[in-house]
Amino acid sequence: MSIRHYLLRNRDVRNIDQIDVYEAHEGYVALRQTLKEYQPDELVAMVKKSGLRGRGGAGFPTGMKWGFLPNDGRTRYLVVNSDEAEPGTFKDRELIEENPHQLVEGIIISSYATRASEAYIYCRGEFRRGAEQLRRAVQEAYDHGYLGKHILGTEFSLDLKVYRGAGAYICGEESALLESLEGKRGNPRLKPPFPAVAGLYGGPTVVNNVETICNLPPLVTYGPEWYTSMGTEKSPGLKIMSVSGRVRRPGNYEIPLATPLRTLIEEYAGGPIPGRTIKAVIPGGSSVPLLMPNQLDTPLDYESVIKAGSMLGSGGCIVLDDQVCIVGATARLVRFYREESCGKCTPCREGTYWMTDVLERVEHGMGQNSDLDLLSDVADNIAGKCFCPLGDASLGVLVSALKHFRHEFEAHVAGHGCPMGARLYDTVNH
Amino acid sequence: MKPEWQVWAKEAKEEFPRANSALMPLLHRIQLEEGWLSDATIADVAQLMGLPVQYVESVVSFYSLFHQQPMGKKVVHVCVGLSCALAGSDELMHHLEQRLGIKEGQSTADGAYTLLEAECLAACDKAPVAQVNLRYVGPVSPDDATQLLSEEVTS
Ligand SMILES: Cc1cc2nc3c(=O)[nH]c(=O)nc-3n(C[C@H](O)[C@H](O)[C@H](O)COP(=O)(O)O)c2cc1C
Ligand code: SF4
Ligand code: FES
Repeated sequence: MSIRHYLLRNRDVRNIDQIDVYEAHEGYVALRQTLKEYQPDELVAMVKKSGLRGRGGAGFPTGMKWGFLPNDGRTRYLVVNSDEAEPGTFKDRELIEENPHQLVEGIIISSYATRASEAYIYCRGEFRRGAEQLRRAVQEAYDHGYLGKHILGTEFSLDLKVYRGAGAYICGEESALLESLEGKRGNPRLKPPFPAVAGLYGGPTVVNNVETICNLPPLVTYGPEWYTSMGTEKSPGLKIMSVSGRVRRPGNYEIPLATPLRTLIEEYAGGPIPGRTIKAVIPGGSSVPLLMPNQLDTPLDYESVIKAGSMLGSGGCIVLDDQVCIVGATARLVRFYREESCGKCTPCREGTYWMTDVLERVEHGMGQNSDLDLLSDVADNIAGKCFCPLGDASLGVLVSALKHFRHEFEAHVAGHGCPMGARLYDTVNH
Repeated sequence: MKPEWQVWAKEAKEEFPRANSALMPLLHRIQLEEGWLSDATIADVAQLMGLPVQYVESVVSFYSLFHQQPMGKKVVHVCVGLSCALAGSDELMHHLEQRLGIKEGQSTADGAYTLLEAECLAACDKAPVAQVNLRYVGPVSPDDATQLLSEEVTS
């Protein structure tokens, strides 16, 4: 199998994070071409034509999002979401730590297309090296005339700033992110209005994921036809999948969309640990329902994964094998949402506490049969009743685990503990 | 209040002039020097930003990386996310607690270490992963706990 990489194509180039090395590998050529050959509206049209969809989780068409900006002469902002914290997802970290100039170039091109004059990178607080890499890359770009006034001698000017979060998953949600960027607590805002109309400082704002924006330089270089030649009609192009859990080669892999899940796990990630079999897969980050072993042929494009009952989400693929206790794994993920609930609305704040309590009690053999119905009941009272999508996100794995592995929950109750005697980690493995 | 904080506040406001966007950059910078944000520091920052103390306090308390207790010289975050748990992060945490003689959330009496849980650190390919002063170290198998503690890191 030959693996073709685009956004990750330079991952083995030494010092690609330095501007001269980046330039020596065609860096900033796409930007030069953009400013010379394209009007902003032509670029928006090209992105629409490419079918590029947001890689932050929801898969919203990027060109369409850009088209929502009102034409009212106000200052426009581009905000890049680098708050990556969805368990199982680690692609944006690699993109910013290893090749920050690719993102910076993508931001300049995207700002030109959307006529934004100020851009911000909201960088997760834990990404200390990532923020340092970005700051240095931004400074180098200023020094080389790619940022600031009259970029490359044109009429286009752009300021780009790096802003650090301080530890809060909810700040990945775009409206909470904007609150945080304005120096407030990261509570989500009521929508509408959407950021396109009233975003940062009340101005028209585009919020895009790091990976989304990193697609821009190659899109300009190779054209929209290159993008639509991969994937499906509705899900064209490439996606970086982060594979972790019980596989031989965890890592980031860039796949043409619609690549089967089995290919990703077996061929890219080296398959399960020898002697083990796959029990379930979380294909798109901790918020999405489980896929079962008989669904491994599911093509990884947005529509096919939804049809299989899950979501492609952020592309964080966590593989669980036959030694993993589903109850323990579910408890661990739901606990994450309890920790990260911002507390603004009751169903999420109280519900995630309650579900975690019950799950941990069942996991440790102190559960009752009625606890399983209690879990479903609490889940029902969260579903669709929360202020922002985090509440619903806490249910994806839980509800599907209760559906596919109810017997394991029941066995924990009947046997007063884990029938496999399993801890999440077993020493045999290492 | 240290004299340089006024300079830092000015610089933060120059870089982020709108709304209260200078607040978090200033808090980060001061915490990097001080190790944590005491009530007195928070009051100073409020004054520098022209904001009510309660407002700054409410922002600080929202974010897990702003510390309102003194921290050890080395702050060790152990990821307890699912992929890390599958690779032994609970055992790693347990070993660290034993080595240091403290529980998660505490600091050693000599002020050398603070041990904290982290949610998924977006480095699941390096599971089980830890950060020392927000620098990644990983994979760290539970048996390598001692080595993790002697890791050389910039503050
Ligand atoms: C709880 C929650 C967390 C999120 N975290 C992230 C994140 O870390 N990174 C990201 O790009 N998008 C995240 N999103 C999605 C953003 O709200 C937003 O849709 C996205 O940044 C838009 O970019 P895109 O269109 O390029 O995908 C999150 C959404 C929710 C509800
Ligand atoms: S659903 Fe949860 S995270 Fe979202 S606003 Fe409500 S409490 Fe906050
Ligand atoms: S679960 Fe530990 S880094 Fe993701």
